[in-house]
Amino acid sequence: MEPTKFDAVVAGAGPAGCAAAYALAKAGLEVLVIERGKFPGAKNMFGGMLCGSVLAQLIPNFWEEAPLERYITRHVITFLSREDSFSIDFQSPSFGKPPYNGYSVLRAKFDKWLAGKVEEAGAIIVPGLLVEDLLWDGNQVVGVKAGGEDFPASVVIAADGVNSLLAQKAGLAEELSTEYVSLGVKELIQLPSEIIQERFNLEDDEGVTQLFDGFCTRGMHGGGFLYTNKESLSLGIVIQLSALRRMGVKPADLLEEFKSHPGVRNLIKGGTVEEYSAHLVPNAGINKVPMLYKDGFLVVGDAAGLVLTTGITLDGASFAFASGMAAAETVKLAKQNGDPSRKTLCNYEKLLKESFVLRDLETFKHSQFFLDNPRLYTTYPELICNLSRGLFTNDGKPRKRLWQLARTEMGRQKLSILHVAVDGFLGRRAI
Amino acid sequence: MNSMSLEDKLALNKYDIDEELHISVNEDICRTCRNRVCLHICPAECFKLLGEKITYSYEGCLECGSCRLACSKGAINWTYPRGGFGIAYQYG
Ligand SMILES: Cc1cc2nc3c(=O)[nH]c(=O)nc-3n(C[C@H](O)[C@H](O)[C@H](O)COP(=O)(O)OP(=O)(O)OC[C@H]3O[C@@H](n4cnc5c(N)ncnc54)[C@H](O)[C@@H]3O)c2cc1C
Ligand code: SF4
Ligand code: SF4
Repeated sequence: MEPTKFDAVVAGAGPAGCAAAYALAKAGLEVLVIERGKFPGAKNMFGGMLCGSVLAQLIPNFWEEAPLERYITRHVITFLSREDSFSIDFQSPSFGKPPYNGYSVLRAKFDKWLAGKVEEAGAIIVPGLLVEDLLWDGNQVVGVKAGGEDFPASVVIAADGVNSLLAQKAGLAEELSTEYVSLGVKELIQLPSEIIQERFNLEDDEGVTQLFDGFCTRGMHGGGFLYTNKESLSLGIVIQLSALRRMGVKPADLLEEFKSHPGVRNLIKGGTVEEYSAHLVPNAGINKVPMLYKDGFLVVGDAAGLVLTTGITLDGASFAFASGMAAAETVKLAKQNGDPSRKTLCNYEKLLKESFVLRDLETFKHSQFFLDNPRLYTTYPELICNLSRGLFTNDGKPRKRLWQLARTEMGRQKLSILHVAVDGFLGRRAI
Repeated sequence: MNSMSLEDKLALNKYDIDEELHISVNEDICRTCRNRVCLHICPAECFKLLGEKITYSYEGCLECGSCRLACSKGAINWTYPRGGFGIAYQYG
């Protein structure tokens, strides 16, 4: 007997694959999602904060039923020197009203829920199965091979995440280079919700995101992060893989060092570690987006490097949802036209160019170059911390004006006005 | 919070260990390698130096893919574990 031919086979049940499958199933197409994890979410980790606006287009009022941790009403950016810390703190009650600006989320729970919605919509999800290869008819992809079996499809959607072996097999993506990905390592630290609320100045289900710049990366391109969940904290660091490779630092050691920093230590005091995780994330933005389609084949989400990193924003989930939805639109068109070749599938790229996905990546195309500047992780955070220390020190000696303190500190950091001007210019262009 | 060893942290994670190796190293290539990036890059420290030999133990692997990208000599034969096996995050 011939195996069933699906309108689409989706490899990977992360945000990108689920969004694509959900939209297709809702439109009545035959969709199969294959996920290598024991359950959807089992392999996935992020910071993280999920921005809900894109998902809401797909599943209106999803916040009423999704397993969300806390809605984020407070954003803190902290600069670290060896011992000191300096924070910028923004809090807005307006972020605490529907449709909400963002939520902290735990992926093992959230992705499982999302995949459940996809199933409800009528798609078939098979977890615990690894897509090993693509099926070909000449130059056209006509399905996948998984667990030794063939699954024919009009279109294959590669939603297999950052390592995308499938986009490589399709000949669209090159092997990733270590400059274009960052490694995140994270601990899930359990803490009672009352303590979290008190410690972080939050009410009920409100949450905070805190990003750290400076000493925690030992000068490497990257940063630290903290997100409050209902009854836990997500604490971790993300570092460009090439920098980590060059510096010879062990990621696990770096995370321990981060946890013991005086500016972090007290935030996690009394907590118990429940899980240790690691994951890569693409960081090259528009510069490394591969060819997005070929005959019978589309690449979505992290597999296509569709992540926005500006140093302040790390958003991959919205890009995954939006690219998955654009892929679904395109597969629907292919079904209508009875043509899954590139002639129809090129519509996917057109949709991404029209939406925020490729436009945002284009707007921030200089950010990676800017973020490669080591002064951002050493000189400036130290300068800010030392300047603040100077400002607040009472040691019985004659006081200096802010400008004098700044001059002295710049001298100590070997930072010239020219450096500041150049970095300021690059920063303005980049973020 | 007291500092915690990596072994203790990995012991908190849930794994369904496959008997089939999903990562292996080519010892002949490793013998000629000077920087031995794999020894420090892996967040689960799966690569160890035993005498002069690089050994790999997959039990703690978090399937991130860093070793595959960081070893510039292509000595690491890297795939994901079979479907359903390997790390299963409870939080993620
Ligand atoms: C440390 C870190 C922090 C981050 N913080 C944030 C944040 O705060 N906010 C944000 O929006 N984004 C964040 N991101 C990025 C975000 O996690 C990703 O952009 C997003 O998960 C991409 O979704 P995806 O569906 O494309 O890929 P993934 O979520 O990686 O999903 C891919 C899925 O495919 C499966 N799979 C892979 N290969 C196969 C195969 N061969 N066969 C079958 N299944 C397969 C995987 O198991 C997985 O379920 C962060 C990432 C990291 C690493
Ligand atoms: S695996 Fe790669 S990095 Fe490690 S010793 Fe072998 S060749 Fe060197
Ligand atoms: S995939 Fe990641 S966790 Fe597994 S051995 Fe390689 S670097 Fe270590």
